[in-house]
Amino acid sequence: MVFELSVLGLVFLPLAAGITVFAVGRWGPPLTIIVGLIQPFFAAGVARSIWQNGPSRYRIGGWGAPLGIDLHVDGIGALMVLMTAVVGLMVAIYARSYFATTESEPANQSSMFWPVCLLLWTGLNALYLSGDIFNFYVALEMLVLSAVALIGLGGKPKAVDAALHYVIYAVTASLFYLMGLTLLYSMYGTVDWAILGTRVEPNFSTRCSIVLMTVGLLMKTALFPLHFWLPAAHGSAPAPASAMLSGLVLKASFFVLLRLWYNVFPYEDLRAAGDFLGILGAAAIIWGSVKAIIQQRLKLLIAYSTVAQMGYLFLFFSIPHESPYFCSAWSGTWYFAVSHACAKAAAFMAVGSLAHAAGSDQIKDMAGMAQHQPVAVFAFGLSGVSLMGLPLSGAFVAKWMLLKSTLASGHWHLTIAILAGGLMAAIYIVRVLATAFAVDSRSVRNAPAPMQWPPLILACLSAALGLVAYYPMKLLEIGAPCSAILMGVTP
Amino acid sequence: MFGDTDGGYTVNWEHILPLLAVVSSFATGCIIFLLGTERVRTRTFLNVLGAVLMLVFVGFMLFGVSQEIVFQSRYSLAPGIYLAFHADPFSLLFLALSAILWLLTTVYAIGYLEHSPHRNRFFGFFSLCVSATAGIALSANLFTFLVFYEMLTLTTYPLVVHRGTGAAIRGGGIYLAYTIAGGAILFLAIVWLQTILGSIDFTEGGIITGIDDRHATSFRCIFTMLIVGFGVKAALVPLHGWLPEAMVAPAPVSALLHAVAVVKAGAFGIVRVVYDVYGVETCSQLGVAAPLAVAASITILYGSMRAVFQDDLKRRLAYSTVSQVSYIALGAALVGPLGTIGGVVHLVHQGLMKITLFFAAGNLAETLGVHKISEMNGTARRMPLTMAAFTIGALGMIGVPPIAGFVSKWFIGRGAAADQQWWVIFVLIGSTILNAIYFLPIIYAAWFKEPDGSWPHDHHHSRFETHLPLLVPPIVTALFAVLAGLLAEMPFSPLDWAQFIVSREYRP
Amino acid sequence: MTTVTLFASCGAVIFGIGFFGVVVCRRLLQIVIALNVMGSGVFLVLIALARRTTGGRPDPVAHSMALTGLVVAVSVTALALTLVRCRYKQTGSTDLNNR
Repeated sequence: MVFELSVLGLVFLPLAAGITVFAVGRWGPPLTIIVGLIQPFFAAGVARSIWQNGPSRYRIGGWGAPLGIDLHVDGIGALMVLMTAVVGLMVAIYARSYFATTESEPANQSSMFWPVCLLLWTGLNALYLSGDIFNFYVALEMLVLSAVALIGLGGKPKAVDAALHYVIYAVTASLFYLMGLTLLYSMYGTVDWAILGTRVEPNFSTRCSIVLMTVGLLMKTALFPLHFWLPAAHGSAPAPASAMLSGLVLKASFFVLLRLWYNVFPYEDLRAAGDFLGILGAAAIIWGSVKAIIQQRLKLLIAYSTVAQMGYLFLFFSIPHESPYFCSAWSGTWYFAVSHACAKAAAFMAVGSLAHAAGSDQIKDMAGMAQHQPVAVFAFGLSGVSLMGLPLSGAFVAKWMLLKSTLASGHWHLTIAILAGGLMAAIYIVRVLATAFAVDSRSVRNAPAPMQWPPLILACLSAALGLVAYYPMKLLEIGAPCSAILMGVTP
Repeated sequence: MFGDTDGGYTVNWEHILPLLAVVSSFATGCIIFLLGTERVRTRTFLNVLGAVLMLVFVGFMLFGVSQEIVFQSRYSLAPGIYLAFHADPFSLLFLALSAILWLLTTVYAIGYLEHSPHRNRFFGFFSLCVSATAGIALSANLFTFLVFYEMLTLTTYPLVVHRGTGAAIRGGGIYLAYTIAGGAILFLAIVWLQTILGSIDFTEGGIITGIDDRHATSFRCIFTMLIVGFGVKAALVPLHGWLPEAMVAPAPVSALLHAVAVVKAGAFGIVRVVYDVYGVETCSQLGVAAPLAVAASITILYGSMRAVFQDDLKRRLAYSTVSQVSYIALGAALVGPLGTIGGVVHLVHQGLMKITLFFAAGNLAETLGVHKISEMNGTARRMPLTMAAFTIGALGMIGVPPIAGFVSKWFIGRGAAADQQWWVIFVLIGSTILNAIYFLPIIYAAWFKEPDGSWPHDHHHSRFETHLPLLVPPIVTALFAVLAGLLAEMPFSPLDWAQFIVSREYRP
Repeated sequence: MTTVTLFASCGAVIFGIGFFGVVVCRRLLQIVIALNVMGSGVFLVLIALARRTTGGRPDPVAHSMALTGLVVAVSVTALALTLVRCRYKQTGSTDLNNR
């Protein structure tokens, strides 16, 4: 009962609220925050039920596949909705105050933020809980539509430009995915990923569909070298929107990608391609970090840092399935995603407050901010700890797991990329912090408390996630491909 | 690979005390952040309370360990990773040193920063540093060590750049560049070791039992990486570059952190690696102890030589630290009980003497505006007590009996003689001569030369030569340094405790 | 060559042409149309292959998927056109900027 209620609530509550807010604009902030306050309980309910009962299915309306829509939740899905709920709540609290205080932006943008934000939320939850790959497509399109709206919200030429670029790439990517899906469906007659996993055979058409879907999802996940749309999009959106986009939306397409690769397609076939993706991930780490180091604008710096951090997630594809550390690499990768979501959302929000205080987001204008805006700087620094992967952030534990598996499987180039990424992150974070610590006697606009504390809370969370990693990591292993294999070995 | 115990721990004192020692100062730090700058009294109270509490915890554990009670707590962070604390004699030696010096430095810092801005930031991070140091001291495996080692890096950075001047920010940048790179190397080494060994818990006599040829090269490689990682903080040449630059920090930071906590954390790590991770026998089998001894010796001589040419007092002291801390690594690398005793006890002795010197230097800078050695003529007439403490510290560094420094040098020398490594004796003699060359002229100038006229910034006139909170700590630490040497044979003296530690390490 | 394969291949070719258009065109309106061409290709494949699965009777699920896809395509097109208009108002141009 709790499970059904939670699952439905996670999807339909934000949807209903989104439609309401679209009609009655001024209810936006309170309604979103109320939804935000309820969502973590639903998410926790789902997580608890998965913890106790293992992977679960729910048939909406009792129809069942193939006509009805099935929801299928396992460990990663549960943790992702929990992450979305917590980050979303903090962003909502922050956004209310952000739009109230930043008067320089056009007036209609705040009223449009709320319904779009709720719609985005619906799309994310629907995707994480979905049991079939066509629902993934629908949810991905929902994300594209709302993300485009969020990017273009600022209404400035730059923002519109970024939104246009994004919509073109994202829709192309979706169509690639849909084409692959069509091939799969015509061959195997189902879109349920769990059933597909038992039917798929390694033949030419399957390979075609793997390639099409993977390319589409890589474009959406902004893996180097398909990341070109990301910096402009995340750099020109308003701070709360960037926080959602960078922290949450990118994880969704990665989620679908991992579902397909490890729950649907046969692994042996993908060994070489997986190694290639791992190398692309390593290249993303290096390239993103280098670009982040040379940026002059703070938001672009954070956006390039996202390019680098997404690279870490792809290292997982290189870990061979028979490695003794496959399972820890799996949970490490997901935990990295969670840690990154908190840290990146916190960083974008902190930067929003700092930019509001300083009047611009040029790094050189951050001088003296440690003195004027200590809370925001502290939040930025703590999220930086997570981006650098220092203890006790979730990223640290995740990197520990990843390092262990890359060392054990002899992937030295990936080992070096993991370490180099941490060091380069230190360079770009410290560059900002050092400027912030400089003595400066300007007077600045103070950001109100709701613009300072949510980023700090999220940053503290990301920096302390390592301390509470035990249960989430166990949760991530529920329904993971490694446990399925273990079950296959022992009859 | 999977955790065999769930997160959580039963409630009794043996489990809680180590955790309390770490958490108490962490909590103090967090509360201080939230207090705001204006609440001076509450903050001072909290600071002193935290320091005293820490001393109490350490006292309990010292007593307990001497009664063979095992203090440990273990907390499962993630499958296969534990945050584990234990209080063995060696951790308590380091912890007791930091606890005592923390109390004194807190008093000193309250006086030193009396009217400067952002004091809540300063004292908050200061407390977090102590928490990190306690964590390093009490860690029971390499993972925990790494966690607090990195935390120490992060929490000292805001203290180094505290003043926000261009020099401070530059110094802080150099500091972070060295320490974060070192931390990354350490990270890799520890994970690698875990994939080979499985367990990375500190064990008396070493974790590695029997080396097969397949792993010998890996083990050598890992050892080198571990030493490099710890060597950055221990300021082993050529990894010492950050230490003189970090001297831009306020005097209490240089005193406690850079003369004691940070560099000692590195030296402590080296000793742990040699004795509790690899084990003495494995080290000599792999042939990695001798290169470490050579590196330490080079550092000792190089640091001393560089110190001779510094005119800035704090920089001269910094190079002196570079040199002196390597005595600890040298003692450990000699692979014999006597040398180890010398190295381990020097951890305490060097700390007492060096903090005295830094306190005195801070007093000169704060009271008279004297930063350079060339300005120090006749300072002893203006500040006799401060300079008396300075003199004791300096003589101790040179190794004049009966001050503490003599005891450690004596044991290291005996260890070298017992192991027939005569070249070490020459290193000791050479270093002593160099120490004399760079300290004696200062003492002479301070006591016997006429002042050159007025001081650069003499802005203190009261009954004492300077503020009381600035005056008392150096006198106390100087007294400790003398007593540690004079009463070396008494029970619970640093030497006695070091012998206790080493007797356990070499237990058959 | 059966009718199904013929239609499916046509769909694939149309998809390819659309993608080529997206990559090559620099005028925003052309790109939006190219995206729709791409979409049409996918839908053609979807409907053609719907014939194959359940021997004789076309598969209704595939049709419903195509319908959903069409709805999505319409809304995306609307959003893209709005952005194009917004951009035209701001800059007077409808060309894609190359950063």
